[in-house]
Amino acid sequence: MAYDLKKALSCPERFAPGHRLCAGCGAGITCRAMMRAVDPGDRAVICNATSCLEVSSFQYPFTAWEDSYIHSAFENASAVASGVEAAYKVMKKKGKVRDTFKILAIGGDGGTYDIGFQSLSGAMERGHDFTYFCYDNNAYMNTGTQRSSATPRFASATTTPPGTESVGKKQNQKDLTKIVVAHGVPYAAQTTLLGNFRDFHEKARRAIYTEGPAFVNVLSPCPRGWQYPAERLPEILKMAVDTCVWPLYEVVEGEWHLTYEPRKKLPVEEFMRLQGRFRHCFKPGNEWTIEEAQKYVDKKWEELLKLCR
Amino acid sequence: MSIRDRLSGNEAIATAMRQINPDVFAMFPITPSTEIPQYFAQYVADGRVDTEFITVESEHSSLSACVGAEAAGCRAVTATSSAGLSYMNEVLYCAASARLPIVLAVACRALTGPININHDYSDSMAERDSGFIQIYAENNQEAYDNYLQAHRIGETPDVRLPVMICEDGFITSHALENIELEEDEAVRAFVGEYRPENYLLKHENPLAVGPYGTSPYYMEARVAQAEAMKNAKRAILEVAADFERTFGRKYGFFEEYRMEDAEVAMVLMGSSAGTAKAAVDELRHQGEKVGLVKVRVFRPFPGEELAAAMKGCRAVAVLDKSEGFSACGGPLFAETAAACINMDARPKMIDIVYGLGGRDFTVDQAMDVFARLRRIVRTGETGPVYSHMGQRDLRKGDMPYGL
Repeated sequence: MAYDLKKALSCPERFAPGHRLCAGCGAGITCRAMMRAVDPGDRAVICNATSCLEVSSFQYPFTAWEDSYIHSAFENASAVASGVEAAYKVMKKKGKVRDTFKILAIGGDGGTYDIGFQSLSGAMERGHDFTYFCYDNNAYMNTGTQRSSATPRFASATTTPPGTESVGKKQNQKDLTKIVVAHGVPYAAQTTLLGNFRDFHEKARRAIYTEGPAFVNVLSPCPRGWQYPAERLPEILKMAVDTCVWPLYEVVEGEWHLTYEPRKKLPVEEFMRLQGRFRHCFKPGNEWTIEEAQKYVDKKWEELLKLCR
Repeated sequence: MSIRDRLSGNEAIATAMRQINPDVFAMFPITPSTEIPQYFAQYVADGRVDTEFITVESEHSSLSACVGAEAAGCRAVTATSSAGLSYMNEVLYCAASARLPIVLAVACRALTGPININHDYSDSMAERDSGFIQIYAENNQEAYDNYLQAHRIGETPDVRLPVMICEDGFITSHALENIELEEDEAVRAFVGEYRPENYLLKHENPLAVGPYGTSPYYMEARVAQAEAMKNAKRAILEVAADFERTFGRKYGFFEEYRMEDAEVAMVLMGSSAGTAKAAVDELRHQGEKVGLVKVRVFRPFPGEELAAAMKGCRAVAVLDKSEGFSACGGPLFAETAAACINMDARPKMIDIVYGLGGRDFTVDQAMDVFARLRRIVRTGETGPVYSHMGQRDLRKGDMPYGL
């Protein structure tokens, strides 16, 4: 059935308004879109890592989640999801559950790339039937923008500030999606919040309705950490994909497919220019940082094109 | 009809688990608890249980998976020891505060360092404030019986707390002893079905677990949890009474051994009680009024009851099989002494830390402790309140292996 944004938006919201996320935050948009990908007739259990999302969406006695939801710690969303999935299987077998439940886990890049990496890897390797959504905002935002392994090189974070001896973060972003693919999972994808959400919706649906572990990495900006005015979120994300900083692709049973190829690949500085976290890169004498960033994006893009050929 | 068998503590616990047939078992191996999931894996392989057996990548994840499964509406279990229990630390608090009656078998083992695989209580004592109910066994029979009671205690509606069933690493976990097992059907009838009121997979309503509790709400949640632990005292005795009616073996918060007119007494836990009882018998034979209290339930701590048991004693030695590094005594001493603080006639009390990392505890040592207590009664002098027993003096050249 063809994707129709109007129709998708006409379904009852499963991530309710009234949560305490910032205006211009990608996480809330990610959650709404994620929940739109679950069939209205199906139930869901959301397993959330400690994060901005958790403290903003389930602050006692309020919850933004219309479905069942569990949070316990920062690093264990995938392990909790493993337990929920095992419980679902055994309770289904014993006739104690009649509904169809989809098990979703969601964490930020801190809870996914870093502290939650072990439990993510374990759950992916074991093959539990669940979908992990990472809302990657490129740093530990809940604690105030400390660098993570998802922070791009040269970005300013509170633990990688630019200074006389520093031009921001020293390392490139860890390629987590590729690492997850190496687990041999049936489905993994990179997407973001673009236009009519077709790309997100189709990947999320495919992930959720693929049997076995699936992974969706969502570039999901943070206005505080990236330093942009809330209304520029769509523009920044469009630039992220048109510069190939965040390529959109999916890997289905080991087959790589590019899902978006910019008509004209734009220079990476067009992405960087929109955000305060790269401001120092544009200072006289730091031109080389933009050149280096470009070289890295080009190299990764060529690699990806080869994989998708 | 009971079945007479010969089993290790680990196999006794695994047998109890098989009979209960939990919904989810999440495992990660660590000595000396590893055999429990190994036995269980064979039950799964042979189709003797319906359990989903998840072989996770760490203890943090084994307990996290139990949290997910129990919240989803299942009975979830796991087992661990030592560093594994320490690695679960964060999730122990999550499980208890989310009021999930998971049952965790612990084969108690020393914590690093130096690294050591043998018995003491440094692992479980480090988690005494995690919010888990803690029940300790002297032998394999008690480990089995405690396990059979655990789910019902934890699942009691006004309790809803997770339970640690503790056995002594190697001493109980690995040694073969005679045991009376109960029939599978009798166990299943005793333990019953798990019927949580709310759970993630419930049809009628969704459930949200694990909120951010801001200052206006956090304290109420903690007080409710503290009340639940108080309620656990009643639940433990109720379940023990039903256990005695059903299977004929009697349990309480602690066992009083020849305490009826005891002037001096020892308070201790676990397998050491068997050794100390031999010393009590010997001294009683000689006409000495000595007794012992073996603490079975450490959380909730039966303070009032323990104080009542020691009424009439003139000197008491608490034996701590873990070092708390407080520089003034171990955890069992701290709790026992606190329990006695409002007694009208308090006994003199000393703490002896012993048996660390599997160091043997002997009848002779127990005799020495009683001799020390008699001297305290005779002289009125307590002497050192906190001391260690059984260590060599390396400064005096008391080295092992002739070094």
